[in-house]
Amino acid sequence: MSIQSTRKDILLMVAFTAAVLTMPIWLSPIGAAYPDLLQKFAIFGIFAIGFNILFGLTGYLSFGHAAFLGVGSYAAVWSFKLLTMNVLPAMFFGIIIAGLFAVLIGFISLRRSGIYFSILTLAFAQMSYNMAYSVLTPITNGETGLQLSQSDPRILDAAMEGTGLPSTDLFGMSLSGYPGFYFCGVLLIIAFYISLRIFRSPFGLKLAAIKSNQKRMSYTGFNTRPYLLAAFVISGMYAGLAGSLLAVTDPLAGAERMQWTASGEVVLMTILGGVGTLFGPLLGAGLIKYFENIFSSYNEQVLHQMFGFLPDFLENIMVFIVNPFVGEGWSLTLGALFMVVVIFLPGGIMEGLGRIWTWIKKDRSKSADDSGPVIKERTSEG
Amino acid sequence: MDDIVIQILNGLDKGGAYALIALGLTLAFGTLGIVNFAHGALFMLGAFCAVSLQKILTISQKVRDPSITFFEAYKETPYLEIWWGDAGLKIIEYSVPLSILLAIPVMMLIGIAMERGLIRFFYKRSHAEQILVTFGLAIVIQEIIRHFFGANPIPQAAPDFVSGSANVGALLGLGDTLVYPWWRMIYFVFAMVIIGGVFAFLQFTTYGMVVRAGMADRDTVGLLGINIQRRFTIVFALAAVVAGLAGVMYTPVLPPDYHMGMDFLVLSFVVVVVGGMGSLPGAVAAGFLLGILQSFSSMNEIKDILPGIDQIIIYLVAVVILLVRPRGLMGRKGVMET
Repeated sequence: MSIQSTRKDILLMVAFTAAVLTMPIWLSPIGAAYPDLLQKFAIFGIFAIGFNILFGLTGYLSFGHAAFLGVGSYAAVWSFKLLTMNVLPAMFFGIIIAGLFAVLIGFISLRRSGIYFSILTLAFAQMSYNMAYSVLTPITNGETGLQLSQSDPRILDAAMEGTGLPSTDLFGMSLSGYPGFYFCGVLLIIAFYISLRIFRSPFGLKLAAIKSNQKRMSYTGFNTRPYLLAAFVISGMYAGLAGSLLAVTDPLAGAERMQWTASGEVVLMTILGGVGTLFGPLLGAGLIKYFENIFSSYNEQVLHQMFGFLPDFLENIMVFIVNPFVGEGWSLTLGALFMVVVIFLPGGIMEGLGRIWTWIKKDRSKSADDSGPVIKERTSEG
Repeated sequence: MDDIVIQILNGLDKGGAYALIALGLTLAFGTLGIVNFAHGALFMLGAFCAVSLQKILTISQKVRDPSITFFEAYKETPYLEIWWGDAGLKIIEYSVPLSILLAIPVMMLIGIAMERGLIRFFYKRSHAEQILVTFGLAIVIQEIIRHFFGANPIPQAAPDFVSGSANVGALLGLGDTLVYPWWRMIYFVFAMVIIGGVFAFLQFTTYGMVVRAGMADRDTVGLLGINIQRRFTIVFALAAVVAGLAGVMYTPVLPPDYHMGMDFLVLSFVVVVVGGMGSLPGAVAAGFLLGILQSFSSMNEIKDILPGIDQIIIYLVAVVILLVRPRGLMGRKGVMET
């Protein structure tokens, strides 16, 4: 890594930090600037970044990552219940317990690769999900989900007064609304920085080498297993952090967070944005959460208003066409969009942007002079 | 003894469903090399063939109800009843078995459309991408179904003739306490017939022989001037039909809803892996084995010792098999063994 690229990275980080912290401003024109949604952007951004460290760098497709998210949530809520409403211990436990869980699952699952790895992780996640629903009810509170209650011990907090449920805080600072978003945002920036360092480090290069040819790596006398396990655990800890943040913003945890469709969602985010790129997973997470929010709030009346400028019969046709894709049908849009991306744009949105960029550059250079083809510059090596 | 027999019987119908879905998955994998995450959706589509047929058959007209004389009362009467009287009612009663006739061409078409329209572009791409695109397809299919049929399960009735329970105990000479629903038994027999049919097709027909040859060495068969691609497409359609029929016949056991496919898919994949990727007998054997194991582990005696075991037994078996014997119970050596 030359000094040039370090300088570039610093610039990147500065720009990224600025972008995240000003999100409430530049997202307001599209109606996304309210704390609930912004928090979701940040949290699922962290989740997707972590997933990308495993899937993007090593190519191991885990279909059970939601298990770590769920474990992180449960750990955080238990910390709220037993220790204190302060979020730092909750996050600490969320990350550590999800990490331990990932060590266990990763140690076993990583003995196989390819589709077998996917199915092993899927099996473990389903096991956790089913257990959380049935035998582990004392810990997880089954179908109701784990919630705070007035009678929780909270041994580190002063005796509670008043009747309402306590809310999460950071040393007395309440974390609801915008402070909550900024808290998640700062963590997102830290998470992104760590992921950037991993991408640029020799460790990251080794992971990428495992992806491109694991056999060759092991023929050179290189034991790949510890590196894979490290990547798996790191991404599990990211998921744990995201899970505990979910609990911070809304202190309850349910088993449905661990279901395999939830694992599928993070895969979708990563693929949609661009596997193995730095920004892709973030973009994907943001897009999916944004459209989920916007699309699922539409209904027929809103659509009639939207297409109100058209003549009546055209309006009805448009509403008829669009209606199945919004509201409850949001998943349909998601599934279709996802298929389109996998079929035509395997590199996700980042590849699309890259192509547009190359095209613009080519166009300009063609008109200026006949210089050689511009090699596509990628934002990362992945 | 009674307990053991009843648990085995309980496992058979579920095992039959697993085996049929896993058989289709294995056919698709063995011929086209495709890991099809949309296969559960095909199962679900089959079930909804039965729902649609029932809906079509019971299209009704409002008719004045003559049994109530105090006021003008109307009741919904299906056209079939108006036209044909009791024969029409009989047809409605047998809507689930009749759906088989509907499901075969429909699933065949869906299978061919799916293979020609999407799957064939993914032969050369990695398994991960195949999983992802078929996963997307599964979401699309199930959302379309939800759009038309709603999110709630739609119960389907088996014909009255077989809606009761069979006194299995008396048949086997084990006492009268052992009863078992007829329909589940029919499901098991049906599954066996379908499985037998598929195996006979592959084993005893020239067409099947060529398909098997293509599974073993696709290029050589192609060099002999045989359009192996078309045959594989037909096999994929066959897999879709098998999944669809499994779905049709399962509707009286489990009221179909739009996400039943996903629920079965995960289990079926586990079944395929346990049986060995690409091994047809393995898929069938593992299907029944896991079905029976699951029903045994839900016995109270076992749950007392190991609480919650019934929820995870299948996954547990899968994990152990994958770690100890990665090619599965009957997988060939060297197929997907990394």
